[in-house]
Amino acid sequence: MEETVQYAEATGLLGSVWLLVAIPLVSAAILLLLGRRADRWGHWLGVAAIGAAFVLGLASFFQLRGLENKSAELSLWDFIAVGDLRVDFGLLFDPLAAVFVLLITGVGFLIHLYAVEYMAHDAGRRRFFAYFNLFVAAMLLLVLGNNYVMLYFGWEGVGLASYLLISFWYGRPSAATAGKKAFLMNRVGDTGLAIGIFIMFATLGTTQYDEVFNGVGALTGTTVLVLGLLLLLGAAGKSGQFPLQAWLPDAMEGPTPVSALIHAATMVTAGVYLIARSNPIFSANSTLQLVVVSVGALTLLMGCIIGAAKDDIKRVLAWSTVSQIGYMFLGVGLGGGAYALAIVHLLAHGFFKANMFLGAGSVMHGMKDQVDIRRFGGLSTYMKVTWLTFMMGWLAIIGMFPFSGFFSKEPIIVAAFERDDWTAWLFGGAALLGAGLTAFYMTRLFVLTFHGPKRWTEDIEHPHESPKLMTIPLILLAVGSVGAGFLLSTSVPDWLTSTAGLGGEHAEHEPVLSHLVITTLSLLVTVLGAGLAWFLFRAGTATASQPAGVLVTAARRNLYTDAVNEAVFEKPGIFLTRALVFLDNRGIDGLVNGLAAGVGGGSGRLRRLQTGFVRSYATSILAGALLVMAAFLAVQAGWLA
Amino acid sequence: MTELKLPSLDYAALAPIMIMLGTALLGVLVEAFVPRRSRHVVQLTLALLAVLAALTMVVLNADDRLVTAGQAIAVDGPTLFLQGAILVLAAMALLLIGDRTVERGGAFVAQAAVTAESADDRKQAEGRNGLTEVYPLITFAIGGMLIFVAANDLLTMFIALEVFSLPLYLLCALARRRRLLSQEAAMKYFLLGAYASAFFLFGVALIYGFTAGVPGRSAGVDFATVNAAVSESPASQVLLFAGMALLAIGLLFKAAAAPFHVWTPDVYQGAPTPITGFMAACTKVAAFGALLRVFHVAFEGGGWDFTPVLGAVAVLTMLVGAVLAVTQTDIKRLLAYSSIANAGYLLVGVLAPSRDGLSGTMFYLVAYGFSVLAAFAVVTLVRDADGEATHLSRWAGLGRRSPFYAGLFTFILLAFAGIPLTSGFTSKFAVFGPALDGGQAWLVIAGVLTSMVLAFPYLRVVVMMWLSEPGESTPTVTVPGGLTSAALMVGVLATLVLGVAPGPLLDLATGAAEFVR
Repeated sequence: MEETVQYAEATGLLGSVWLLVAIPLVSAAILLLLGRRADRWGHWLGVAAIGAAFVLGLASFFQLRGLENKSAELSLWDFIAVGDLRVDFGLLFDPLAAVFVLLITGVGFLIHLYAVEYMAHDAGRRRFFAYFNLFVAAMLLLVLGNNYVMLYFGWEGVGLASYLLISFWYGRPSAATAGKKAFLMNRVGDTGLAIGIFIMFATLGTTQYDEVFNGVGALTGTTVLVLGLLLLLGAAGKSGQFPLQAWLPDAMEGPTPVSALIHAATMVTAGVYLIARSNPIFSANSTLQLVVVSVGALTLLMGCIIGAAKDDIKRVLAWSTVSQIGYMFLGVGLGGGAYALAIVHLLAHGFFKANMFLGAGSVMHGMKDQVDIRRFGGLSTYMKVTWLTFMMGWLAIIGMFPFSGFFSKEPIIVAAFERDDWTAWLFGGAALLGAGLTAFYMTRLFVLTFHGPKRWTEDIEHPHESPKLMTIPLILLAVGSVGAGFLLSTSVPDWLTSTAGLGGEHAEHEPVLSHLVITTLSLLVTVLGAGLAWFLFRAGTATASQPAGVLVTAARRNLYTDAVNEAVFEKPGIFLTRALVFLDNRGIDGLVNGLAAGVGGGSGRLRRLQTGFVRSYATSILAGALLVMAAFLAVQAGWLA
Repeated sequence: MTELKLPSLDYAALAPIMIMLGTALLGVLVEAFVPRRSRHVVQLTLALLAVLAALTMVVLNADDRLVTAGQAIAVDGPTLFLQGAILVLAAMALLLIGDRTVERGGAFVAQAAVTAESADDRKQAEGRNGLTEVYPLITFAIGGMLIFVAANDLLTMFIALEVFSLPLYLLCALARRRRLLSQEAAMKYFLLGAYASAFFLFGVALIYGFTAGVPGRSAGVDFATVNAAVSESPASQVLLFAGMALLAIGLLFKAAAAPFHVWTPDVYQGAPTPITGFMAACTKVAAFGALLRVFHVAFEGGGWDFTPVLGAVAVLTMLVGAVLAVTQTDIKRLLAYSSIANAGYLLVGVLAPSRDGLSGTMFYLVAYGFSVLAAFAVVTLVRDADGEATHLSRWAGLGRRSPFYAGLFTFILLAFAGIPLTSGFTSKFAVFGPALDGGQAWLVIAGVLTSMVLAFPYLRVVVMMWLSEPGESTPTVTVPGGLTSAALMVGVLATLVLGVAPGPLLDLATGAAEFVR
C-alpha cells in the first residue's frame, strides 16, 4: 500500500481549531489562579467552556464535511527546533480527530453538567472543575496534534489530569494510593511511547504524521515491529490493557464523574486512538497486528471473568471498561475496515458506559455513597429514572438488538471470524465467549442493584431519586445508548474512510461461518448469559463473602495479576531502590562528603599561611617569583618543551 | 648626543587620558579654592563629567588604530575597549564613592591624621563629612589605568602602573571606621606593591639588555623593538625569558594571581568598600589589559613557550582562590578570594592564543566588573551601629529581614557561581571555549572543577541568608540613596543582560580584538 498521505492546509473556520484546546485550558487556568474568588461561579465557567468547545467542534465538523480532502492541518509555531530535530506545534483536524472531538466535548459536556450537582456539597468543586477542564484540554490536544510529539504532550497532560482527579480526595489513603498506582503504571506505557517516538526520529528523522506514514514503507520489518510494539505498550498503559490493566479499576477511587468521563468514555480510549491513528505502521506488519489482536482478546476475557466476581458497582463497571476496550483493540488489530468498526464501538461505548457510570453515581448518591451491590436490591421502584436509563445502558453493553452495542460489537465479532486460518476460530471464539460473559456479569450487576429483595444496610431508610441536573444528562445519554449504535454503524465507517489508511477493504476473506450464523450465535450467547444471571440472582445474594471455587477466588483476586506484578516488578524494584539508596548513601555521598571534608580541611590548613605579616607575604612572593623565574628559564633551556 | 625632538601627538586619540589627568589636577585646585561646604558636590560632579567626557572621546575614537606620542601610546581595538570598560566601571565606583546617605558623611575618613581608636577618631566617625581629596586621587588612578592599557613601551607602562597604584595605596587608608585595619591594609599594599614594582622594573632592565644584545639593532623597550628582537631569536634568550618572568610577576601581582595574591584579602578587607569594589573591577581590567598587550604584542614571537608556566600559575590561582574561599568568615575576604579565583579564570582566557581568547577575556573583564561592583554595593548596605557588618554569621536570616537586597545579592552570587542566565555563565563560556579550542583542556578542567568548589562558599552565603532564622544581631539593610541604588541596579541589570543576551558585547569585543604594533 504505497499511497501517499497528504493533509490540506486549514482554512476558514478550521483555522481556529486551536480554540478547541485553548478554551478549556484558559478556563482551567482561570479556575486555578483565581482560587476561592471563583468558588461561587467556577463550576459554571467550567461547564460553559466545554459547551463552547462542543459548539465549535460541531461547527468545525460540518465545515470539514464540505471539504474535498477531508483534512485540515494547522501549523501554529515551531515547537522544538534543535539541530535536525524539527517539531511543529501543529494541529490536524480530520475525520478521525473530528469524531473524537465530538465524543470528548459532547459526552464531556453532559458529564460536566451532571458533576455540577454531584459535587455540589464538596468543598473542592472549583478545583474539581479546573482539573476537569485541564483534562479536556489535554485530551483534545492529544487527538488534534499533527505529530507524535504533540500527541505525547496531550498524552502526558491527560495522565497528569487523571492523577489529580483519581486522588482528588487525597485525604483518603486509598485514593492517594490509587492515584500513584495509575501514575506509575502509566509511566511504564508512556516510556514505551516515548522510546517509540525516539525511534521514529532516529530512523525517519521526523515525527509528523504524514511524513512518518509515508516513510514507514522504507523501514525494515524488525524496525516496524519494534516501533509498533512500543506504541502498543504505550496504548496498553493508557487504555488499561494486558499487562498494564491493574490501575484502571483502582482509579474508581476518584469522584464518579471522573470515572465516567476519564476512565470510561474518553481517556482510556486514547490507546485505541493511538493505534487507529498509527494504522499505517500497524498495517505494515502482520506479526504486529497479531500481537494487538491477542492483547485485545486476552484482555476482553480477563475483564469479563474478573468483572463477574466483583461486588463493587464501580469496579464491575471498570472491569467491563477493560473488557470493552479489549474489543476495540481486537478491532484495530484486525486492520483494514475493522479500524472503523473499533472506532464505532468506541463511540457507542462512550455513550453507554458514561450513562451507566453516571447511573452508578446516582445510585450512590441515593444510597449514602455505598458501592456494594450485595447491599442494594429493589431500587427500581425508588429511582425510576436511574433504573430506566441504566437499563438502556445495560441492554446496550450486552449487545441486545436493537440497542447500540449490538450494532457496534457484533461487526467486530464478525470481523474476528474473517481471519484467514485457525486464528479465526480462536479470536472469533474469544469474542463470542466474551459477549456471553458480558451478558452474564452485567445482568448480575443490574439485577442485584435494581431488582430482587432489599438488602440495604440499616442506616438507609428511603433512597431518593437524584435531582434534575443529574437525571437530564442520564436521559440524554440513555437516548444515545439506544440510538447511537445504529446511526454510527451506518455513517461513521464511510466518514472515516477519508482518514489516512482507515476503512480500506478488509473483507479479503469470507468469514469461516456465515454472517447470519455469527449474528444468531452472538445473540444466543447473550440471551443465555443474561438469562442465567437473571435466574441465579433474581432472589438476591448473600450479603457477605462466600467460600468459592478456584476460578471465582482467582477472579476475585484479579486473576492474580496484582500478585504477579508484586512479585515480578514491585519486589525487585524495591530491592533495587534499596540497593541504590545504600550505594548512594555509602558510596557516592561518602565520596562527595569526603571530598568536601578534604577541601574544607585543606582550606583550613592553607588559611594559616595567610598570617597577616607583610614579611611572610613578601617571602611567599619571593618564593613564587623564584619558582616562576626558574620555570621560565627551564622553558628557555627547552626542559619543559 | 642626539637632539631631543617633540614627538607628534594625536590629541584626539590621547583625549581620554588627558581629560582624566587634567580633571585630577583641577580637582587639586578645587580642594584649594572651593569652600568646604560645596567641595563634595563640585568634586563628584567634576569627576563624573570627566569620566563621561572621556567615555565620549573613547566612543568617538572607536575606529582609531594608531600608535602615537613617539611609540609610547597605542590606540587600538583592545585599548579602546578596555578604556571604555574602565571608564564605565569607574563611573559606577564613583557613584558608590560619592554616596553620603548610607553612612552619614560617606565611607571615607573625615580626619585621616588623628590617632586611630582615640576619642578624636570616634568623633570624626560620628558623621562629619569625609575627605574630598578622594576624588582627585581616584581620578588620577583612572587616568593611570587608561595609560596602562594603552602603553606601547615598558617604561610608559611602568609609569602608568605607578600613577594608578600610588593613589590606590592612599585610598585604602581612608576608611572612616576600623581605621587601624584600613591603615594596615594600605601599608601592606604599599610595601608589597613597591616590592612588585621592583620586579617589574628589573624585568624592564633585563629586556632592554636583551634587545641591546641582538646584533644590528638599536636597543629599546618599546614593543615594536622587543617584538623584532624576539623574532630574530638570537642565540641566547636567557635575558629575554628572565625579563619576561619578572614582568609577568609584576603584572600578576596587580592581577592578584597566586602566589602573588597574598595582599588581596587583607587589602580588600581593610580598604573602604567602594574602593575595594573599584580595585576588584578596574584594577583587574587594567592589569589584564597590560598582560594581554605584553604577551600578544611584545612577546608574540616567543611562540607562547611560556604557556605551561603561566598555566600552572592559573591553576594554582584558581585552586587557592576556590579552596580558601571555603573557610572564609568575612564577606569581604570571601569576595577577595573569589576575585583571586576569577583572576585564574581570566588567565585561562589570556593563555588561549587566539582572537576569540582575547575577546573572551575582555568580555569576562567587563562582565565580572559589573557583578563585583554590585556585590560590594550590597556589602556597603548591610550595617549596624559600628558600620558595615561584614562577618558572615551576621548575614544569617538576612533574606527574612530584607528580601529584596538579599535577592539581589543571591542573584550576584549565582552569577559568580556561573549559573546560566547570568553573565557569570556566559563569560566563563567565553574564556573556556577558546582555551579548549587552543588545546588547553587541562586549564578548562581545572577551571570547571574549581568553579564547583567555589560554588560552595557562594551557596553557603545564600543558604545562610534565606534558610537561617534572623538572630538578635542580624543587621538591617540600609535603604540606599540614589547613587548607590543606581550603581547596584546597573550592576545587577548588566549581570542579567550579559547573561541573557551576551551577543552585542561579545561582537564588540571580537571586533576590537586586534592589536596594532
